[in-house]
Amino acid sequence: MTLDCVRKGRRCRIISIPSEAVRAQALRFGIAEGEVVTCTEVIPAGPVVISKNRQEIAIGRRLARQIEVEEVA
Amino acid sequence: MGHCHCAGLKIEMPPGARRIVLAGNPNTGKSVFFHHFTGIYTEVSNYPGTTLDIIYGRYGHDVVIDTPGVYGLSSFNDEERIARDIILSADLVINVVSAAYLERDLFLTQQIIDTGVPVVVALNMMDEARKMGVEVDVERLSHLLGVPVVPTVAVKKEGLELLKEKMGEARPGNPTPGLPEELESLRGRVDSQGEALLVLEGDPVVAGRHGLEPGNRREEIYRRRRERVNEICRLVVREARRHAGFGQALGMWTIRPLTGIPLLALALWVAYKVIGTFVAGTVVDFTEGTVMQGIYEPAVRGFVARFIPASSAPGTILIGDYGLLTMTVTYLLGLLLPLVAGFYFFLSLFEDSGYLPRIAVLSDRLLTSIGLNGKAVIPLILGFGCVTMATITTRLLSTERERRIAIFLLSLTIPCSAQMGVIAAMLTGLGPQYILVYSLVILSVLVMAGTLLSALLPGESANLLIDLPPLRPPRLENVLQKTLTRTYHFLKEAAPLFALGSLAIGIFQVTGLLDVLQGLLAPLTVGWLNLPREAATAFIMGIVRRDFGAAGLYSMSLSPLQTLVALVTITLFVPCIASMLVILKERPKWEGVLIWFASWATSFFTGGLVSRLARVLGHSAETIQPAPVLLGLAALTLAVIALSHALRRLKPSNITG
Repeated sequence: MTLDCVRKGRRCRIISIPSEAVRAQALRFGIAEGEVVTCTEVIPAGPVVISKNRQEIAIGRRLARQIEVEEVA
Repeated sequence: MGHCHCAGLKIEMPPGARRIVLAGNPNTGKSVFFHHFTGIYTEVSNYPGTTLDIIYGRYGHDVVIDTPGVYGLSSFNDEERIARDIILSADLVINVVSAAYLERDLFLTQQIIDTGVPVVVALNMMDEARKMGVEVDVERLSHLLGVPVVPTVAVKKEGLELLKEKMGEARPGNPTPGLPEELESLRGRVDSQGEALLVLEGDPVVAGRHGLEPGNRREEIYRRRRERVNEICRLVVREARRHAGFGQALGMWTIRPLTGIPLLALALWVAYKVIGTFVAGTVVDFTEGTVMQGIYEPAVRGFVARFIPASSAPGTILIGDYGLLTMTVTYLLGLLLPLVAGFYFFLSLFEDSGYLPRIAVLSDRLLTSIGLNGKAVIPLILGFGCVTMATITTRLLSTERERRIAIFLLSLTIPCSAQMGVIAAMLTGLGPQYILVYSLVILSVLVMAGTLLSALLPGESANLLIDLPPLRPPRLENVLQKTLTRTYHFLKEAAPLFALGSLAIGIFQVTGLLDVLQGLLAPLTVGWLNLPREAATAFIMGIVRRDFGAAGLYSMSLSPLQTLVALVTITLFVPCIASMLVILKERPKWEGVLIWFASWATSFFTGGLVSRLARVLGHSAETIQPAPVLLGLAALTLAVIALSHALRRLKPSNITG
């Protein structure tokens, strides 16, 4: 599944992030492929907010559609 | 060192002085450290090739240089390029990190350590971390990083003296595993370990300086660095589970549309009430009416008239209607200064509280439809402070296409603080329905222009990927300092242009050229816009600065409808000379010229349209019925959006993914 389909409050593991530049930026923020993050907010038709510890990142809807994830319990 | 790439930055370095560089992520409180070290005597140097200013000051024998807040060193944007160059030339780096966000902040710390420069870490905001239930094992962190770590609460001056002591112990720390062997391959081909690192990480600029091919190891090095940082955090951070505080809950409300839109409206309403009613009314009445027109102008007129007759040509230029010593000074100090200070105060408040990125999230959906993404809301909001400054900050947008759209929209639709202040003051007197119509007219022009541009330009809006800093109560001291600095810069920039403008108008008036120009523009101003002939003067002034033009309208007697039409037109009118200069510098020349003429066309077309809609459909000739005007505009906006969709379908489809 992709990140935009994750429901608010659920946790998921990042499987793949589309481009090298986006991966580099995400790594700086602390989010890498393989990492488990929490989906803290889904703005209707807008960005998805994910968090890891206290760090929050907003990801635009179109990018979220390209990020492959799997839900974890 | 062979050649110092920081040499372009003009900083007075006494012989033997060390370059102490402050570095850190955005929102870590670096500026508080900077001011603590340097005191109030700081200097500003423009970074060559950019319009960003770098502040620096003396600390004892050494020089302390502040850098823009960044998440890493590379060439992603101007801030990073500058931070990278200054850090590469540093003798010592004080890295400020936020104790509550170590996972994010230590990435930069580790990257700076990997450059091989001596580092001391200030573990700041210890109080905030404690409140969040986060504990950090400082000693172990210091041991793992291999550099001194000093816990601080900079705003309360805690730990700052210890930091000064520990600066002597600053040293190169423990690099990312495996890195030293890889850097070996570049030995002798670059000047320093830091440059070798950036070449390896594929930085095109640093590689180019040494005639090397940029490396392709960025992702792998970043990954190992991230793993190392996560491991360090696992070992040193202890976290007690805590319930989300009020700040966190408020932070969430600000980005959910249902609560976020009312909150944003509330924030803007408060800003409008304070600036539009209190500053534009009470304060300006005093500064403009009592002080400038009541005391200053009669005094200067009396004084000058002793030497030059007021009715002579030089007399008109100096103390006439558009006089250099009368109108310019009154507009600038009496009218604009308080309004601009008011705007900058709110802007700094929004910035320091961490609210701007949240507005970006909230508005992402909307901005995507006009070819931008949420990040563009920052230059658009800054545009309400100063369009010139905002044009420069469009550099934070990641693609050419977005910069083009954002700069065009800024130049066309966003009134700067000075202009906005005059507009707010004039509209407040007319009543809420005028404010509503004015705002919706400008908004629909923004939507139409954005949608059309987005459809016409190739490509799509870039993806949003931003860090959401926590909401914090801003510190009044910092907010006031920012307000003061920005207001001062405004005066410095605006004063000469104002003088130039009124000199030109004064000369036009004396030579009779003003009358000729008014006659030439009459078909537009009188025929199309239904304004008095003299309104042309305001537009001529508006070419110099739009706020100057708006201020020119301020003193004219206009009917409510005329006021609305004139304000709509002057808002959409050409960008001021300073903005034009920046646009010509930042963009291809043809684009600047296009923007200038498109602004003329759009502003007069829209102004005339409003005037006609109000007259044809409204009941009375001089007041306004909002409904017909708004319906007419809504229809036009919908037509443009429909047209844009049709155009988009015709556009050759671009690369996806």
